[in-house]
Amino acid sequence: MSWDDWLLAFHLISAAAYGSAIILFWALIVAIRNTDTADQTLRMAPMVKVGTIFVGIGAAGTIIFGIWLALSVRNYDIWDGWIIAAIVLWAIAGATGGRAGKEYERPMHKAQELQSAGQSGANSELLAVNRTQAGVLFHALATLAFVLIVIDMVWKPGA
Amino acid sequence: MSTLALIRPDSWNFPLFVHIVGAVLFAGGVLTCATILGFARGDARFLRFGYWALVAVALPGYIVLRVGAEWIYSKEGWDDVDNTPNWLDIGYIIADAGALLLLIALITGGVGVYRMRDGKGGAGLLKVTLVLAEVMFLASVVAVWAMAAKPG
Repeated sequence: MSWDDWLLAFHLISAAAYGSAIILFWALIVAIRNTDTADQTLRMAPMVKVGTIFVGIGAAGTIIFGIWLALSVRNYDIWDGWIIAAIVLWAIAGATGGRAGKEYERPMHKAQELQSAGQSGANSELLAVNRTQAGVLFHALATLAFVLIVIDMVWKPGA
Repeated sequence: MSTLALIRPDSWNFPLFVHIVGAVLFAGGVLTCATILGFARGDARFLRFGYWALVAVALPGYIVLRVGAEWIYSKEGWDDVDNTPNWLDIGYIIADAGALLLLIALITGGVGVYRMRDGKGGAGLLKVTLVLAEVMFLASVVAVWAMAAKPG
């Protein structure tokens, strides 16, 4: 196995971590939509943390090992159109995913407020922030960008 | 880098894409199941939800992964080769073992959820499902390494 084979393996393992985290976040988005108590909302915090760690590893690994590969493999150049497209899509996925994360921080803050105030029952305001449309939209855009990166990586247009 | 990846014919791209989509769904499904079951802390709603991630995401993901795998296997002409390379053997061993583990996890988790609904416990069975989901996720990482680095 060559060094480039290892780079490709780390690049793809990072991509798998990224994709897996996107799916985990979709499941948490579905779960939180029917959650109206502070306790159940806060129970998702460690699950969100796992997703955030995987996204961090995935995003950093894909770009670091991806650029390293582009520089290392003779047949590819960093300025190839499909590689530039992947970098742009990676940035879009990161930006929209980050915005989705910010949207879902609001329910956590609201739940902490309710818990501090000793309100453990169902709360309609909490349910409303848990059903954030902006959060769903931004996560959908991040998912779309990720799928487009996979398409770009498989078909390599112009390579 | 393997020469194969650099000169892959266009007709192989869609089957490969199907295989990758299935693999990401499967890995994401087992990660979701393991994470939710792991942090459910006995909450019946989250235990059920974690199990359903396995049923609704990992199981269809596995089927798509396997269909894509067989499709690209046949496109690449491995049917006509006597001694397949190590990376393909590793992929098949993990996929076959993964199918068995997934089946056991689905059964133990299903019985666990059923018993929980009837108030007869079931948390222990869901713990087995959690451990199996973790093993399947780690096996997925090994499979991705084998498919990418193509040892042998």
